[in-house]
Amino acid sequence: MSTEIMTLNMGPQHPSTHGVLRLVVELDGEIVEKITPHIGYLHRGIEKLSEHRTYHQTIPLTDRMDYLAPMHNNLGYVLAVEKLLGIEVPERAQTVRVIMAELTRLKSHLVWIACHALDIGAMTVFLYAFRERELVMDIYEMVSGARMTSNFFRVGGLSKDVPEGFVPAVQNIVDTFIGHFDTYEGLLTKNTIWLQRTVGNGVISAEDAINYGLSGPPLRGSGVDFDLRRDEPYSGYEGYDFQVAVGEKGDTFDRYKCRLVEMRQSISILKQALGKLKPGPVLADEPQVCYPPKEDVYNSIEGLIHHFKIASEGFPAPEGEVYVGVENPKGELGYYLVSDGSAKPYRMRVRPPSFVNLSAIEKMAKGSMMADLVAVIGTLDIVLGEIDR
Amino acid sequence: METLILGLPVAYYIAMVAKVLVAFVFVLLTVAYATYAERKIIGHMQVRLGPMRTGWHGLLQPIADGVKLFFKEEIIPSEASKFAFLVAPLVALIPAFISFAVIPFGAPVSIGGYTVPMQIAAYYDQAGQQIFDINVGVLYILAMAGLGVYGIVLAGWSSNSKYSLLGGLRSAAQMVSYELAAGLAIVSVFMLSESLSLHKIVADQAGGIWNWYAFKQPLACVIFFICSIAEINRTPFDLPEAETELVSGFCTEYSSMKYAMFFMAEYANMVTVCAVTTTLFLGGWHGPFLPGWMWFIAKVYALIFLCMWIRATYPRYRYDQLMRLGWKVFLPLTLLNVVATGIVATLVK
Repeated sequence: MSTEIMTLNMGPQHPSTHGVLRLVVELDGEIVEKITPHIGYLHRGIEKLSEHRTYHQTIPLTDRMDYLAPMHNNLGYVLAVEKLLGIEVPERAQTVRVIMAELTRLKSHLVWIACHALDIGAMTVFLYAFRERELVMDIYEMVSGARMTSNFFRVGGLSKDVPEGFVPAVQNIVDTFIGHFDTYEGLLTKNTIWLQRTVGNGVISAEDAINYGLSGPPLRGSGVDFDLRRDEPYSGYEGYDFQVAVGEKGDTFDRYKCRLVEMRQSISILKQALGKLKPGPVLADEPQVCYPPKEDVYNSIEGLIHHFKIASEGFPAPEGEVYVGVENPKGELGYYLVSDGSAKPYRMRVRPPSFVNLSAIEKMAKGSMMADLVAVIGTLDIVLGEIDR
Repeated sequence: METLILGLPVAYYIAMVAKVLVAFVFVLLTVAYATYAERKIIGHMQVRLGPMRTGWHGLLQPIADGVKLFFKEEIIPSEASKFAFLVAPLVALIPAFISFAVIPFGAPVSIGGYTVPMQIAAYYDQAGQQIFDINVGVLYILAMAGLGVYGIVLAGWSSNSKYSLLGGLRSAAQMVSYELAAGLAIVSVFMLSESLSLHKIVADQAGGIWNWYAFKQPLACVIFFICSIAEINRTPFDLPEAETELVSGFCTEYSSMKYAMFFMAEYANMVTVCAVTTTLFLGGWHGPFLPGWMWFIAKVYALIFLCMWIRATYPRYRYDQLMRLGWKVFLPLTLLNVVATGIVATLVK
């Protein structure tokens, strides 16, 4: 009997390619022989756009990269600019940044567990996780006014202090989420079908993971103990006590466990951060860079001019180049900024974790079944907004 | 002397048609409201409400869905094999309904001097003593269940779409693996009842819950129900239409009423399979206090609820794992069960 390889075009409109990923898959029956990812369907030229904007004006653009973790994108960017300028951020702002970063990690991981479970056919976890995500969204809305495109961090601190009711809302998450995680684990970790679908699926060895440049849970799931929050601390992460989740076999189940442990650790970090949250300024005392307080803008002509100048002209950054990497929920999100001394970056380059992680898809899914490919897309936890930028 | 047709009074034929109508309407209504019930039940399990807008708590939703699907544009892909494409939904739908013909759904009733059994393809002799029904009723059901898959395979193949083809292939493989185990699970029931007639099988289970074959053949009961879920392509065995992999699989290219027919076939199959399980293992229509047909409906609905509950709980099997489960776990288990039943039955005698 003669057999033929079937070429299947999966995406960009496909329910489980997480946005607009397009995979050209070559199938031998149900066995995946070759995978060619095609990207670029969500390209908006964020890197190029930033060359024509002042440093502050780029922050809202970064929201739109990994739209499941907007504050983390903001954080990486402002840290890079602050490093370029050599600005120290006040302690309260740093603590709030850590709180928001960990909430963002929860938010992103909740969407991941939801979609990953749905891809493998477990529908209920999807809705449970989205219910919990709503609580994080409420906090987003509380501090920044927006549920997704937060634009909350500023070079030198925060756009404004957190409102009343912020601490109880975070406390509520700290108190209730562990129970919700137990529910997910009850539905998945102990489920025979879930185990059969994830254990031994999409395996990548530690060596391969490093060679491919993977980061985040796909790297740690393979047993590489690397987490930027601990290894190159930023925003005061060195003052928190947390454990980095590491897997062993590098299969989908290990990555799943890693992320779940990470979510539990985030709760622990949140708990510690709430204890550290002391009153104080949330913006550095750097009038050249930071916006003046709103009362001054509305009530004094000097304040208004000050605001206007920063908003329209921006601030010049010293000549040089910096790289800052932060531990985004998806992996290492890096910002590389080149400054020619003007108020706009000469070049901004983003190292998106999803892009690098996606490159390993063929390594992980080749030779497996079509259904496993879907599970691998889920376990990589990619966001196309970030891949294409 | 009244007129006889083929040796039977005319009233028998009237009763037969009436039973067909009753059963058909029952299945149709159940199918329509099973879609509603599924959305509501799973909705509440998943902390949401399900349909709420059409009618009180969305009660008119199935009708709205039907009207909408009826008026949708018919799309036939230009590269599709047209005849097979049009026939496939019918091939899927009809066997799902006609399986119901042999299922006893209530105690016999007396109308105008005649005893009428609540089973479509059955009648009593004129003395009201001896029942005649299809003496290979179970085989008939297995045959009809086997036919349903042709609709899916045809749909997958004739659509000329890669996703549909994969769905159709999966379905064929799945059907073959699970039909065998399901058939062998029923064999152990025959060995106890010593008959293939569903009437006899139900009659054997009368007189208390401990007479149910579910308790005499627990393993066969569980395996049969699981295989049935696999045969009707429901979670966790919904591979042929795996939405997240195959974008609805075999029915990707279908629209309008043809799509609705597949949808109806799926739910009608669920009703049929639950009815067969009730008949074979859960004592059929037997039960205390209430009339037989109420018990029958209650048991069938309880099983349908179980199907929906399973859907809300479990992830999906992978193709090869499903095959392994069918061939390497269920088949040997049912064979062993048959052997064990044979030994025990002989010893008891």
